[in-house]
Amino acid sequence: MTPIGLYRPGSSLIHRLPAGVKLLALVLAGIGSVFLRTPPQVTAWLVAVVVLYLVAELSPAVLWQQVRPLWWVLVLLGVFHVVVSGWARAYEVIGALVGLVLLAALVTLSTRTTALIDVVVRVCRPLAFVGVDPERIGLLLSLGIRSVPVVVGLAAEVREAQLARGLGLSPRAFAVPLVVRSLRHADALGEALAARGVDD
Amino acid sequence: MSLIVFDGVSHRYGDRLVVRDVSVRLDERRIGVIGANGSGKSTFVRMLNGLVVPTSGSVRVAGLDPDKQARQVRHLVGFCFTDPDAQIVMPTVVEDIAFGLRRRGLDKEEISERVERALASYGLAEHRDHPAHLLSGGQKQLLAIASVLVTNPDLLVMDEPTTLLDLANARRITELVAGLPQQVVLVTHHLDLLAGYDRVLVFDRGRIVCDAPPDEAVAHYQALMLR
Repeated sequence: MTPIGLYRPGSSLIHRLPAGVKLLALVLAGIGSVFLRTPPQVTAWLVAVVVLYLVAELSPAVLWQQVRPLWWVLVLLGVFHVVVSGWARAYEVIGALVGLVLLAALVTLSTRTTALIDVVVRVCRPLAFVGVDPERIGLLLSLGIRSVPVVVGLAAEVREAQLARGLGLSPRAFAVPLVVRSLRHADALGEALAARGVDD
Repeated sequence: MSLIVFDGVSHRYGDRLVVRDVSVRLDERRIGVIGANGSGKSTFVRMLNGLVVPTSGSVRVAGLDPDKQARQVRHLVGFCFTDPDAQIVMPTVVEDIAFGLRRRGLDKEEISERVERALASYGLAEHRDHPAHLLSGGQKQLLAIASVLVTNPDLLVMDEPTTLLDLANARRITELVAGLPQQVVLVTHHLDLLAGYDRVLVFDRGRIVCDAPPDEAVAHYQALMLR
């Protein structure tokens, strides 16, 4: 599986910034990206993002890994905007989007999941007054992150089994066992969480 | 006092009685549990920390009821499952080992110290920041065991921990378990892992049909399978 956004240990300035600061900066950058109106602004925005990757001591290959899975979305979006509103607008939209994706990836590449979850738990703490358990929200997030590679692995196994049995590209033959195995995994995970005292 | 006491325990899944009137006291340090698939052995060990509740009878672990005193019992009983992927909760090795400790409200220094000790003890130090899903099967099982043992349980229950592993990794896990100070209850189909165990229970159709030292119990089980 492509290592999108997986934490890369390091001691750069970006790594040492508190997770809360990085998340806040990401939110502000998201808001700011709405106001990118001209190609030079977008170019400056992309250059700034690349500089941040350099400061975080992350290689261009890592940067490329974050964008590569999005290529088909970018192509579709680019074609649409070229046809509808011209090259300049296509560049602005795609540039803003790529910059944001790279920034979001930079946060997860330079921050441990537990640190990010701690921030989310802190932010959600006021919700405890209305009966929401912030720790549960944090756990939910970490399980979501953890489950992505597991489900991708299950999908690959199901696909292999499907091909081995000569079932071709049947969506049903792919989806049914994948859903069943994912549910089984969720069941086993629930049992393991209870065994580790999460259900106390 | 026996650490583990089953008294007239039965468990039913729907119409099927999977554990039938089991009474046993387990004091020994190394206890093996063997039996055919569906014989009730996994259900039996799941009752040790309240994952399965008896339909009738009672289970006590260190005098505690795993159903009604689940929190205390789960602090005493560590549980390792067959598939480590199902019990690794956090994305990276170091975070998963710390997970159980964080939930116990320990301070950061103590968590860090215990995690570092566990990483070194179980040969995971070089993988500390690696994504858990990229580890090999043996390393994942080691991580699962380390994540349980870092909480210092009194009893370690392992439900077929070597089933998905090759021989080298199975031996590695066996050697690790052999050196543990804890009481261990091991469910396994790898009969050679039971050498040196104090006591082995053989399950058949929900009942303990043999309760003996390893050689005798394994011979009984093999005769049962060839019948």
